[in-house]
Amino acid sequence: MRNALSGHKKWQPAWRDAAPREAYDIIIVGGGGHGLATAHYLASVHGITNVAVIEKGWIGGGNVGRNTTIVRANYLLEGNEPFYEWSLRLWEGLEQDLNYNAMMSQRGVLNLFHSDAQRDAAARRGNAMLLHGSDAELLDRDAVRKLAPFLNFDSARFPIEGGLLQRRGGSARHDAVAWGYARAASGRGVDIIQNCEVLGFLRDARGAVTGVETTRGAIRAGKVGIAVAGNSSRVAGMAGLRLPIESHVLQAFVSEALKPVIPGVITFGAAHFYISQSDKGGLVFGGDVDGYNSYAQRGNLPIVEDTCESAMALMPMIGRARLLRSWGGIMDMSMDGSPIIDRAPVDGLYVNAGWCYGGFKATPASGWCFAHLLATDRPHEVATAYRLDRFATGRIIDEKGQGPQPNLH
Amino acid sequence: MRIPCPYCGNRDSSEFSYRSDAAPVRPAADAPVAAFHDYVYLRDNPAGPISEHWYHAAGCRAWLVVTRDTRTHEISAAAIAQEFVR
Repeated sequence: MRNALSGHKKWQPAWRDAAPREAYDIIIVGGGGHGLATAHYLASVHGITNVAVIEKGWIGGGNVGRNTTIVRANYLLEGNEPFYEWSLRLWEGLEQDLNYNAMMSQRGVLNLFHSDAQRDAAARRGNAMLLHGSDAELLDRDAVRKLAPFLNFDSARFPIEGGLLQRRGGSARHDAVAWGYARAASGRGVDIIQNCEVLGFLRDARGAVTGVETTRGAIRAGKVGIAVAGNSSRVAGMAGLRLPIESHVLQAFVSEALKPVIPGVITFGAAHFYISQSDKGGLVFGGDVDGYNSYAQRGNLPIVEDTCESAMALMPMIGRARLLRSWGGIMDMSMDGSPIIDRAPVDGLYVNAGWCYGGFKATPASGWCFAHLLATDRPHEVATAYRLDRFATGRIIDEKGQGPQPNLH
Repeated sequence: MRIPCPYCGNRDSSEFSYRSDAAPVRPAADAPVAAFHDYVYLRDNPAGPISEHWYHAAGCRAWLVVTRDTRTHEISAAAIAQEFVR
């Protein structure tokens, strides 16, 4: 209160803006949500605090500040659902763990279905979720109408037959998640080094990674983990690796602030469209990736049109809201639509990549499992399926059954 | 984005379907499994110029190889896939 009434000049920084030291036990490349969460759990769960997180830009400036903030654990496959359920449990205790208000709000995630076949698929997925200890409810048309009366129930083409509801899902404040993890990790002694871009890896005579070459000099490390989704191929390429990943641009949109109109997160089952309302009142929504490889953090108009058409088909009332802004982020689209948390085939290097457009909800478990891997050299039990070699061994985790076409996942 | 189709001229990208990097070449039928794994799954994913397949579904129905910069979306060339020289 005193700080607020004194011109905002007395606040303490939430984390130390560290300068790089000569060497660390572990370096994490990428100061996004996943990298910061990894550092936090390395320090708090495994007691490893001689850790640096190096970030080419600034904390909160990458994909952790560009997503649509949705938290959910509504997957079908065995390799995925336990991981995301663990993530949701970490979300539920996150604010107590970090002592930071991440504005986690379990307002529910509703996936609509529009045909008998989609109802069957939703029931099957809901059962899989329940079997893995998560929560799911199959709603009929009337129950959906009660929850969201403003939807277009009379559409002849895509009638709303019901929905699969996960009440424990919802949304969180994305920036606060990054800041909270940064603050907690920094408080335990982790160095968070901003404006420090990796230019290459230091290798010993055997070829093992022994550190990183950066724009702020060489930094040695016992182990190096990369968590740079969007740019994973580029960074892994510096170590001579080729990944089963393409980078694609995904756009998101926010309307002007409105009074509360949308109760939770709603997704359209007939086209790719999802929407929620932020605490500030803006309608936050998005659709498909643009569909072509891209490292430009902006998309093109055909997807804007497609997303807005889907919005109008699902909830015609949205036509009266004015768009405030739109933006794009770069996604690591993997060949089976699922992520990778594994040791690289190069000693000393560890890979956390391939999050497609589902990285935000995975932030806590991704950090938890990557920290476990870095600390113990063994995969965490809920992340054993996220192997880098699964494409060679045939153990792919293809939630949508699309095959190796990254722009379709 | 507009793609300069050699048959149809400059056309909006929404007329085309995208089929990714044109660099991977199908290995010979008796090549080892590892070669097929590379071909199907591994990508260079460059930040810069890339040659990629686009199919002009709502036009001449030709497969093109388009050279495009992934950092800017700028298109520098488009050729009929069969005539494209690697």
